[in-house]
Amino acid sequence: MSLRALSTATVVTLTGAFALVFFYAPNDADQGFIQKIFYVHVPMAMIALFGFVAGAVCAIQHLRTRESKWDLRSYVFIHLSLILGVGVLITGSIWARASWGHWWVWDEPTLVSFLIVFLLYACYQPLRFSIEDRARQARYASVFAVTAGAFVPLNFLAVRLAQAYTHPRVFATTDGGLPPKMQLTFYVALLGMTLLYVTLWRYEIAAKLARGRVRALKRKLGGDDRIVVGRSAAPQL
Amino acid sequence: MSILGALLRKELRIELRTLEAVPGMSLFAVTTFVVFHFGLDRPTVEGDLAAGVLVVTLLFASILGINRLWVADEEQGGFDAMLLAPIDRTSLFVAKAIAMFVYLVVLEIVALPAFAFLLLEPPIRAELLLVLLMANVGIAVIGTLIGALAVKTRARDLIGPLLALPLLVPVVIGAAQAAQPLLSTAHHGPAEAKYLGVLGLYDLVFALVAYAVFDPLLED
Repeated sequence: MSLRALSTATVVTLTGAFALVFFYAPNDADQGFIQKIFYVHVPMAMIALFGFVAGAVCAIQHLRTRESKWDLRSYVFIHLSLILGVGVLITGSIWARASWGHWWVWDEPTLVSFLIVFLLYACYQPLRFSIEDRARQARYASVFAVTAGAFVPLNFLAVRLAQAYTHPRVFATTDGGLPPKMQLTFYVALLGMTLLYVTLWRYEIAAKLARGRVRALKRKLGGDDRIVVGRSAAPQL
Repeated sequence: MSILGALLRKELRIELRTLEAVPGMSLFAVTTFVVFHFGLDRPTVEGDLAAGVLVVTLLFASILGINRLWVADEEQGGFDAMLLAPIDRTSLFVAKAIAMFVYLVVLEIVALPAFAFLLLEPPIRAELLLVLLMANVGIAVIGTLIGALAVKTRARDLIGPLLALPLLVPVVIGAAQAAQPLLSTAHHGPAEAKYLGVLGLYDLVFALVAYAVFDPLLED
């Protein structure tokens, strides 16, 4: 699918999702209007975690093939998931404040696990920054991404076990937790968030490749000892 | 096997001759108990507080060891010698992880009596040793991997702890929760099996992951 078509599909789906959230999905009987943040928070968290795992898969590919395109993909997955992660923590905090009265609750295992995962991945960029050699940077970042990818599910399990009791889940794992109207809205919102993620991912890859090409051309014009201005931990092709 | 034995002997001999890691870790742990005494302002601890103080102290002491673990190899050409030798690189990882495990056991041989003497209210029970040994495996595996990752970076003293601490949170959860009933005076009971399960699963998963991804760290 071309980038333009993908972007259009994202805008349409997200607009549709917000229309459904505000005009179609019923207000939650217990929490009222604020529960609607669920349609942003949960898809965002799911996509962010998916991105971390996808980053690990690309990192495995990079370690196997040593092609720098896999390192770039892994980097972009983790980078975007980190940005989504900030959104997840902020929306989660707002939701916690509205429904439990505190900005942060330690006995909500999913939120706590997400914070730990986020703190771990927040070290990804500092790790890349502190290694000069490009090939080594890519290899070490991949090793980190694989380890952290395996950590994600294990951490959720450990934090969940550590809770004496858990809050009731809004979205039960088996069918029947949500009324059909909410379910439809949730799935549309999830699809919209997925499309948004894929679109942003493709844009960032395209931008990074273009920047690499421009840099190569500039080097050709100005000689090899041209000083590159600006620091970036991103993989350079 | 003899390669592994030789590498392990080398690690332990270096540590015995230089005494760089273990004495520092042990001293750090004992000092931290004193700091906790003043920080918490109480003569003895028990239960969940005791479990937390013990596990966090051991964790921070082992971070010191993780930071030192690969420094000699990086600065004095141990890595280059490893690459020149016609042996499997993963055996270096296994030898380092076993050495780290031994350091942690020695650390606990010093720190546990000090903890019982300085802070702990109930006596130490044998089951606690099982919990700590299981935690040691996880810390040794992750510490060896992260140490090797961090030692080649510019800010290695910063990157190592930053990466190791969140990765070791499940170990802290498992060890502290499992140790909690063992260190309690009033509600004393055996360790809950599910927390030992978390520790065991963590050890297994990360031993396999670290074993699989260690090789690329040693190239070039």
